[in-house]
Amino acid sequence: MRLVNTKINSKLNPTIKPILDTKRRALLSVMMTASVSALLLPVKAIAAIWNKAAFEATQLNQAQKDLGISDELPSQEIEIIAPDRAENGAIVQVEIKSRIPQTEAIAIFVDKNPTALIGNYMFTNGALPQIITRIKMADTSDIKIVVKAGDKYYTNTKNVVVLENGCG
Amino acid sequence: MENNMKMRAKLKSDITEVKVIISHPMETGRKKDDFGAIMPAHFIQLVTASLNNLPVLEMQWGTGISKNPYLTFYLSNAKVGDNIVVTWYDNFGETGTGEILVTS
Repeated sequence: MRLVNTKINSKLNPTIKPILDTKRRALLSVMMTASVSALLLPVKAIAAIWNKAAFEATQLNQAQKDLGISDELPSQEIEIIAPDRAENGAIVQVEIKSRIPQTEAIAIFVDKNPTALIGNYMFTNGALPQIITRIKMADTSDIKIVVKAGDKYYTNTKNVVVLENGCG
Repeated sequence: MENNMKMRAKLKSDITEVKVIISHPMETGRKKDDFGAIMPAHFIQLVTASLNNLPVLEMQWGTGISKNPYLTFYLSNAKVGDNIVVTWYDNFGETGTGEILVTS
């Protein structure tokens, strides 16, 4: 999974540009020394796993691209239970259930939020592709769900009317 | 900071329903405090769940998850007495862990 990928990535081409690499290592060690008191060990690992680009993307299309999503097919096998109208966008409860075989991951996007990607949930070892979560919505918007199953992507949306901005 | 988690895991007709609430501000970095200063983004980025030390869920979150995150997930292969651990990590380097045994 992602854990493994990031480990591999960090070891890519260490020999191709040794000079640059030495410089980079020196810089890294300076940065690490400077911040070592402020940062616990897990932070480095988290920073490597967390998909910064996707979570900071302001446009839904870009966030999807950064998550590697392409050619998603509409599917009614993705069930989205969310209110038609939300009084307060700060807490919108959403239940998502995928009936698509071999579902590996469920990603939640809100089109009109300042950053579109809300969360990405990856299932393994008997976890069912079904979650209930509470999300923030800035405005009336579609909630877009994308399911990853094998190397294919499926999608469904649910519109929620938001009466009060919940993104502060 | 407070690192309170509440968890419950209940086996109902072959499926274990796990409910989790984490106390966390989930600040977006866009909100202003009472003095008009922007409050820095402070949010959980990664949550992992395991069943008897076997990973079952990995969740990446952004600032769009509500304050004091609530989560329900479901396991098809848990038995009464099994151990479920949920751990979160935020962008400040803070972390918290909750643990619960499956009940019937």
